[in-house]
Amino acid sequence: MKNYITVVGLEVHAELKTKSKAFCSCSTAFGSEPNTHVCPVCLGMPGALPVLNKQVVEFAIRTGLAVNCEIQKFNKFDRKNYFYPDLSKNYQISQFDKPICLGGHVDIHVDDNPKRIGITRIHMEEDAGKLVHSGATIKTSDSSAVDYNRAGVPLIEIVSEPDMRSAVEARAYLEKLKAILEYIDVSDCKMQEGSIRCDANISVMTEDAKEFGTRAEIKNLNSFRALERAIDYEVERQIELIEDGGHVVQETRTWDDAQGITLSMRSKEEAHDYRYFPEPDLVPVEIDDAWIERVKAALPELPAARKTRLMDEMGLQEYDAENIVATKAMAQYFDDAAKHTDDVKGLANWLLGDVSAYLNNNNIEIDKFPVTPANLGELVTLIKKGVLSSKLAKKVFVEMVKEDKSPKDLVKALGLEQVSDTDALQKMVDETLAENPQSIVDFKAGKDRAVGFLVGQIMKKSRGKANPAMVNEMLLQKLKE
Amino acid sequence: MDLYKSAAHELHEKLIKKEISSVELTENIYKRIDQVDGDVKAYVTLDKENALAQASKVDKMIAAGETIAPLAGIPGAIKDNISTKGLRTTCSSKMLENFVPIYDAHVIQKLRADETIFLGKTNMDEFAMGSTTETSYFPTTHNPWNLERVPGGSSGGSAAAIVAGEAIWALGSDTGGSIRQPASFTGCVGIKPTYGRVSRYGCVAFASSLDQIGPITRDVTDAATVLNTICGVCTMDSTSLNEEVPDFTKALKTDVKGLRIGVPKEYYAAGLDPKVDGVLKKALADYEAMGAEIVDISLPHTEYAVITYYIIAPAEASANLARFDGVRYGYRNMKATSAPEMTTASRTEGFGDEVKRRIMLGTYVLSSGYYDAYYLKAMQVRTLIRQDFENAFEQCDVLLTPTSPVVAYPIDGKMDPLAIYLLDVCTIPVNLAGLPGISIPAGFVDGMPVGMQLIGKVLDEETVLRAAYAFEQSHEYHKVMAPLGGK
Repeated sequence: MKNYITVVGLEVHAELKTKSKAFCSCSTAFGSEPNTHVCPVCLGMPGALPVLNKQVVEFAIRTGLAVNCEIQKFNKFDRKNYFYPDLSKNYQISQFDKPICLGGHVDIHVDDNPKRIGITRIHMEEDAGKLVHSGATIKTSDSSAVDYNRAGVPLIEIVSEPDMRSAVEARAYLEKLKAILEYIDVSDCKMQEGSIRCDANISVMTEDAKEFGTRAEIKNLNSFRALERAIDYEVERQIELIEDGGHVVQETRTWDDAQGITLSMRSKEEAHDYRYFPEPDLVPVEIDDAWIERVKAALPELPAARKTRLMDEMGLQEYDAENIVATKAMAQYFDDAAKHTDDVKGLANWLLGDVSAYLNNNNIEIDKFPVTPANLGELVTLIKKGVLSSKLAKKVFVEMVKEDKSPKDLVKALGLEQVSDTDALQKMVDETLAENPQSIVDFKAGKDRAVGFLVGQIMKKSRGKANPAMVNEMLLQKLKE
Repeated sequence: MDLYKSAAHELHEKLIKKEISSVELTENIYKRIDQVDGDVKAYVTLDKENALAQASKVDKMIAAGETIAPLAGIPGAIKDNISTKGLRTTCSSKMLENFVPIYDAHVIQKLRADETIFLGKTNMDEFAMGSTTETSYFPTTHNPWNLERVPGGSSGGSAAAIVAGEAIWALGSDTGGSIRQPASFTGCVGIKPTYGRVSRYGCVAFASSLDQIGPITRDVTDAATVLNTICGVCTMDSTSLNEEVPDFTKALKTDVKGLRIGVPKEYYAAGLDPKVDGVLKKALADYEAMGAEIVDISLPHTEYAVITYYIIAPAEASANLARFDGVRYGYRNMKATSAPEMTTASRTEGFGDEVKRRIMLGTYVLSSGYYDAYYLKAMQVRTLIRQDFENAFEQCDVLLTPTSPVVAYPIDGKMDPLAIYLLDVCTIPVNLAGLPGISIPAGFVDGMPVGMQLIGKVLDEETVLRAAYAFEQSHEYHKVMAPLGGK
């Protein structure tokens, strides 16, 4: 088999977190009763007209600047025509040939290798409503209802260059893009709620090929995992097809997460002719330099800058810093917890270790983590001060995630306070030596292992609470006497 | 008392002097409707109960000594493509036969604020596509001057209601002549304001970049009065203009000395009925006699206007009418077993032939591979047509043309659609350029009214109204009532 190169480009749709919809004053709130955030405009009632929400443009400019795009001064909207019951006007107001942003990039790190992924364009458009089927799918349902609460919620579509060469790179790009959108506060980026959605254009080519292979567009990628799995599956499918003497056809395919396969939706011949034309109900929007400068000046700290800050000001290693800033919520949690401890390295270890493991196991994000930053910071401080051993700290942590209490109080309540009292420790050292005369002989014969055994005995005696450093020191002193 | 023959401004005086009551007036109009609408068929829906309740409210206001607006208590008719909350709005289509809107159009809100009275909704060509009202799903409206002839369209119901005494004032909408042409065919006054003068919010869209609501009235004074109420910027319509609205009645002067009236030769070309031409030549002579200056003008791209319009308007319509899919409101085929089938069947059965023809035209010209050759080219020609007018207005203040090259023709439904399209040659360029245009009665040919069109600069409705008023006041055409004969 020849060696194949994977080529991936992503189209990412992000719902903008404006208070009201793109072209009417209805709320964009998620999760309300069906058809409660609707009006003549977003329902497409006869005679109703769209009026642009300026905040949509503002958020699109902010996004463009955050991913290094050129903001286009002249903006117009177009109608994208297709029939679907969740599309109230049966056309979507979008931007066709004059997107608001052109030519940017996002930098990713995979296995410590930096890589730049190009952004082709970003455009503004409106979301459609949602079909609710009585059965599992539209084809197997007796009836379907439509909820138009989401109809008219503003979206930006961010189209990348076909710069990614693996599923891992694609995931890294999507994670980075999501982080940026969170940092600049333009989208909730909740994949499970559909506020960020992803389509992937995937093709393969032999190493010596001069042109990209024919691509398939894969839709319905609703999680990072789905994105990775779909790319891996699709690449394998395409290579197999070519190796068997066939060829890839240009088509739209959908990802079936349950079966772990992609399925053909429609071929190039069946592709929609969207019949784009300028939206006559909206006037063009001119973006002047002053507006762009205003947005630029108010741009929040981006992940790259925050990472540098964590490294320069906090002294974190690059790997730790990169992972801490991966989501805005994690970075914020770190900053908040760091106010309660001097041991930022220890804090980083806890966040990327036990805390991340807890989040993964419970399938939650840091914003749902039950322990407050102050209490986690306090826990790290207790370890640093020697009040808690790392082993006991893990016990305390288990209690903290059950109920968010001060670790100091928990240590007391659980009787886990480390024994650092010299007299008490000395008593334990003396007792242990008296009980293990053979170990003293071994030590004097040069067997250093004997010390470890004796420390272990003392820790056992103290039920883990003895300060190991002090025990070690006192034991050696006694043995050398 | 035959109050139905009066103009709104006359009736306003009578109301405030308490010579008549609004209830009396409203009942008088409904009585007239009862008498003649069986022949004329101007209305699709009447709303007598609410109209009389509103009339009674205005009478109480007058009795309490309140100051009332010029249209308060004066019954008017609304074209059935303008959204009226709680009152069926059909666009004269089977698709919306039972559709009751949940909101008022911006113009309706404004008129309600002025405490006016809505008699009902008037017949039109289906979705405003047509020039005769023959494409209506409901019975065709008949021309009150000769009941065997068309009233023009698409606002034929509103125009017929005015001249048959079935309404004091009316609203129409004009995409390619739909206010002016029926005004011309029925001998009343119809003005299409500058694009953006009147909010389109709630006017069921046909061609968004061309549609404009305007008054259809018995005389120019009433047209100015209705304009005063309905014009103005609207936060719900991005294309409405944020321009100060003058008191249009102040523009109504009989003096046209020094007014430069342009005569574009392309509008007096082949196809113009020689008798209509004669009426217009007489009007020009009258203006000259009144002291106006007549200027020969050329609008060289006029010949491309109709074809340009029949690309742009159907293109926009094909998208605007996509929302009628049977999902949320309107006609739904109940036998279909899937969503796509339901939408296709609902549209096939809910739309008439003319609407379907235009949807197909529009879909075609926007299709991949044809867009550049048709839509894009048409938009470029549209710019040339607009520039023609800009150049013309450097030499004159207002243009005078026929409204239609012919007078109202017989109802037979047999006319070739293309032939009917071509008759819109005088009105269409005005929409393409977004200019204000009025049609007023200029005389008669074989007993049928002839309209003349006055076209003004962008936002210069005042000059148009002044020229129209001066002519109207020196003639008596607006005072001749339609005979309701011919049957």
